[in-house]
Amino acid sequence: MKPLDPRLVRTASAVRRHLAVTVACGLALTGLILLQAWLIARVIGGATDGLGLTDLGAVIAAVAVVALARAGLAYGAETAALRSAARVKSQLRRRLVRHVTTGPPDVAGRSAGELATLTTRGLDALDDYIARYLPQLVLAALVPLAVLVVVARADWISALVIGATLPLIPVFMALVGWHTQARTRRQWRLLNRLGGHFLDVVEGLPTLALFRRAKAEAALVRRVSDEHRRATMGTLRIAFLSAFVLEVLATLAVALVAVEVGLRLLYGELGLETALLVLILAPEAYLPLREVGARFHASMEGVAAAEQVFAVLETGSGARPSGTAQLPASRGVDVRVDGVRFRYPGREVPALDDVSLDVPAGRSVLVDGPSGSGKSTLLALLLRFLEPDAGEVRIDGRPLRDLDPDAWRARIAWVPQHPHLFDDTVAGNIRLGDPDAGDAAVERAARAAELHDVVAALPDGYATRLGERGARLSAGQRQRVALARAFLRDPDLVLLDEPTAHLDPDNAAKVRTAVARLLGGRTGIVVAHDAGWAEVVDDVVRLENGRTRSSPGVVRA
Amino acid sequence: MRTPLRAHGPVWRLLGLARPRGSRFALGVLAAAVATASGVGLLSLAAWLIATAATHPSVAALSVAVVLTRALGVTRGVARYLERLITHDAALRTLADARVRVYDRLAHIEPIRRFRSGDLVTRLVSDTDATQDLLVRGLAPPLAALLTGAGVVALGTALLVPGGLLLAAGLLLGGLAVPVAAAALGQATGRRQAAARGELSAALVDALHGAPDLVAYGAMDRAVARVERADATLTAAARRDAGLLGLGAAGSALVAGLTLWGTLLLGVAAVESGSLGPVPLAVLALTALAAFEIVAPLPAAAARLGAIRASGARLFDVLDTPPAVRDPGGGLESAGGPLTPGPLRVRDLRVRYGPGEPWALDGLGLDVAPGARVAVVGPSGSGKSTLAAVLFRFRDPDSGTVTLGGTDLSSVSPDVARQAISGVPQDPHLFDSTVRENLRLARPEATDAQLWDVLERVRLAVDVAAMPAGLATDVGVHGARFSGGMRQRLALARALLTDARLLVLDEPTTHLDPDTRDAVLDDLLAAAGDRAVLLVTHDLDRLTEMDAVYVVVDGRVVQHGTHAGLLARDGWYRRAHRLPAPAAWSGGFTAIPQRGTGAGGTLSAGLQ
Repeated sequence: MKPLDPRLVRTASAVRRHLAVTVACGLALTGLILLQAWLIARVIGGATDGLGLTDLGAVIAAVAVVALARAGLAYGAETAALRSAARVKSQLRRRLVRHVTTGPPDVAGRSAGELATLTTRGLDALDDYIARYLPQLVLAALVPLAVLVVVARADWISALVIGATLPLIPVFMALVGWHTQARTRRQWRLLNRLGGHFLDVVEGLPTLALFRRAKAEAALVRRVSDEHRRATMGTLRIAFLSAFVLEVLATLAVALVAVEVGLRLLYGELGLETALLVLILAPEAYLPLREVGARFHASMEGVAAAEQVFAVLETGSGARPSGTAQLPASRGVDVRVDGVRFRYPGREVPALDDVSLDVPAGRSVLVDGPSGSGKSTLLALLLRFLEPDAGEVRIDGRPLRDLDPDAWRARIAWVPQHPHLFDDTVAGNIRLGDPDAGDAAVERAARAAELHDVVAALPDGYATRLGERGARLSAGQRQRVALARAFLRDPDLVLLDEPTAHLDPDNAAKVRTAVARLLGGRTGIVVAHDAGWAEVVDDVVRLENGRTRSSPGVVRA
Repeated sequence: MRTPLRAHGPVWRLLGLARPRGSRFALGVLAAAVATASGVGLLSLAAWLIATAATHPSVAALSVAVVLTRALGVTRGVARYLERLITHDAALRTLADARVRVYDRLAHIEPIRRFRSGDLVTRLVSDTDATQDLLVRGLAPPLAALLTGAGVVALGTALLVPGGLLLAAGLLLGGLAVPVAAAALGQATGRRQAAARGELSAALVDALHGAPDLVAYGAMDRAVARVERADATLTAAARRDAGLLGLGAAGSALVAGLTLWGTLLLGVAAVESGSLGPVPLAVLALTALAAFEIVAPLPAAAARLGAIRASGARLFDVLDTPPAVRDPGGGLESAGGPLTPGPLRVRDLRVRYGPGEPWALDGLGLDVAPGARVAVVGPSGSGKSTLAAVLFRFRDPDSGTVTLGGTDLSSVSPDVARQAISGVPQDPHLFDSTVRENLRLARPEATDAQLWDVLERVRLAVDVAAMPAGLATDVGVHGARFSGGMRQRLALARALLTDARLLVLDEPTTHLDPDTRDAVLDDLLAAAGDRAVLLVTHDLDRLTEMDAVYVVVDGRVVQHGTHAGLLARDGWYRRAHRLPAPAAWSGGFTAIPQRGTGAGGTLSAGLQ
């Protein structure tokens, strides 16, 4: 594990500035530490030699000045470090969001939750790393070196003791850490499982209660918790060894220096002031290393967070699809899918395998098939969220890949199976595709989508905020908000993905009415596993295992 | 003893959980004190050694100090290591106690509604884990600091009374006032930034989760702009507040530095006046220099206390919840043995989830004859699942009666009732264990042959046999290694292993895709054999096989009868089947009424 990820320095300019400020503060602090040690030695030495307050007044006053300066420096360094942390997080967050939103969306949508966590709480791990760990790391490099130089000039034997033990600390810590890591990794699965047991039984309590096992399980909770404790302690006994080595080496070295200096003083080889200076500085040489050790955990979390960020930044964001051609305006478009194949990266079986589909302008088709047959993938290709591996899609006779993707999507209304509603007002949600639409247009769209009555019953009507992910509305009502978006857009092509799956009958009926209205005169593709839709569309095509089957019978010619 | 404790704050009550482990903790605190004292003592002793050596005494006069100094060099590391092991061990033991307490309590209070959300459960579990944090990081450091601090102040006072008092004042300021003030400032800034954090998180969730919708509607640029606005607000607030947080670090440094300054001032004056020797001055000054190591961990401890208090408050909120189910007590023996099987009668059932809340069930009544298949349908939120919760004894009725074979269900203990009524609750839980263990939950003494038999009945035997470890296959967390359909089948297999004569199936097919949905439901009903089944569902497919269908709207039965009978009459059921297009639902519709009529013939006498 590297203490500082070079990519972090390269990517975030705030990190570079922070490092500069931190080194400057570290140098100043090192100077103050040396000065304070010298002042204390001077005061005690002077008093021992019989000097009084009048003689030592200036030196003692200087101790107060150093105290004030150290306080001021601590304030400045901490404030600057926290500000840097905020700035670094902001830079990384913006870069991440820009990066993941440039390309087409990830239709599988699996990573969205992880990304949202990474960009908020995940980045917070950098706070401690940047504001506490990095400054300590700088001090750990500066202070021991400065102390060693000063002590060497005062007493070379003490310098030898410190110089010999200091490098041992990182070596021993690395050795212990290496051993611990191997062991912890072996135990990790066990620890994880034992640790997760309590959550598992609490979540499963209703099930346990139902089978009259709830009370019996309490003994198991005790047993597993005890096992967890034993396993954890086994790991900790080793993990704490690194701190043990650090403490023993650091303290023992100070003790050795103290005894050595004392004995040399006894034989008159050293002055009292020099001896005191060496004694006061010796612990200072080890303190930053101990602090770095104590912040080791914070550093690991920070580095892990940075690594996650760069893992995302370094994956290709999927460039914006190519194509610049504009499609001349026309009512309804002609969609022709010809021998299209598509395989998701990392999967063996293609999602679509030689799919052909013909939807003349103004007609609608139901694509029917079991789940996993590639229905949603087909819609994603039409939306240019994905590009086919082979075959071609033509719109009004022109290859889809030549069309400007944004202009093309502006002609489509897509109602996904689980439309996303935003933390905004009802009207704001309906206006998704047309932010400048007037209130009258929004209400018209809502009426067409059978949504107006629902909105009218809300406390603030169209100005009611829907909460995160539209929590205020039921699944069927959310579906109708998505339909209202589609109506407001007045599209040429309508793409509907399982519009009524998982809806209760009342809501499903309303959605059906709205969909029938939306399809009127437009080109439409409805993807559904529901024979009832055959009544609403012109043609039926069956998709199985990524292949189109000739439809058993077109309902209405 | 217990009642006065409840009046205290959550932190005190959390500490109460640790009381049985008190002696271990005392040992840990002692080890911590020894470790810190060794560090401070090393410097004090070394100061004495050096200052005395400057007076050139005989080597013998220093020999004890030399040995002691070297010894202190080792005790600090050893004591620190022991302290860590002892406090962690005690904390983990306390955590085990706390988990058992929380679990016991949860097992006695209504397990459904309050803790339904997965987030709440996760939070509760991490709140329980906060006990560990409190003990290791919140309790041990202050207590050890108190012990060592007292020792250091005693040493200082013995050398020079004003010096000792100054040290006491400095340690109190640096160990109490600064950490408490810094923690308060930290909490205040945290509260100030909370709104900005909330907005950033909402904007991010919208931009990332809503990406397909945003791109399809050309709105991604606006969403990204919103994230950047929220980020700018939060970053500006964090940068403004950085100054406040810097005050804590400055305060600690200032108190330590000025204490040292004061000590030197007092010490030199005392040496000048002859009341203090030069050797004690060196000891006093270096003790004052080293003493602030004692209070160094306290700001972090104080900062944690706020979060620990919040965790404790949430935890005790759960622990103080009164049970929602009356348990008349007694097992099967005292209650006069198992319930006599017979028809289930529900009359005028009313349930609500709180005094001010609307009635979830408002006078509901229904009957299930032995061996009958009955469906309860209705829109979501109509109270169907509350009915299942009452039948599972997860909730007591507020009024009305539920009787099985003539015995009122609330007059027997929940476990007696659950022996007669079992089934599949909404979102049945699969434990992170093997298939065998998950099944044996319902019948611990079941043999493998019995398990294979029941798997056969839910048509899962072939799948399980194909798995590498068979019955010993791990199902994963939440049964993640199984598909949704397999999880439901496994949950049903579990219910079939019980002796219950009535199985309540609460939405057994939600989250399943339509293909699996129909197959699972068919297999469920077939596997139930001659037991009575109460199917709670919002899915109107496959109801032709039912002996009776009850339509529940707003907590009341608005219609009941057979599928065919209900379709023939005007009402919710018929309206729910109506489709927008004129000739709706062509697929199965013409065939259904005949089959429905046939099923109606088996309708039990208890049903109209």
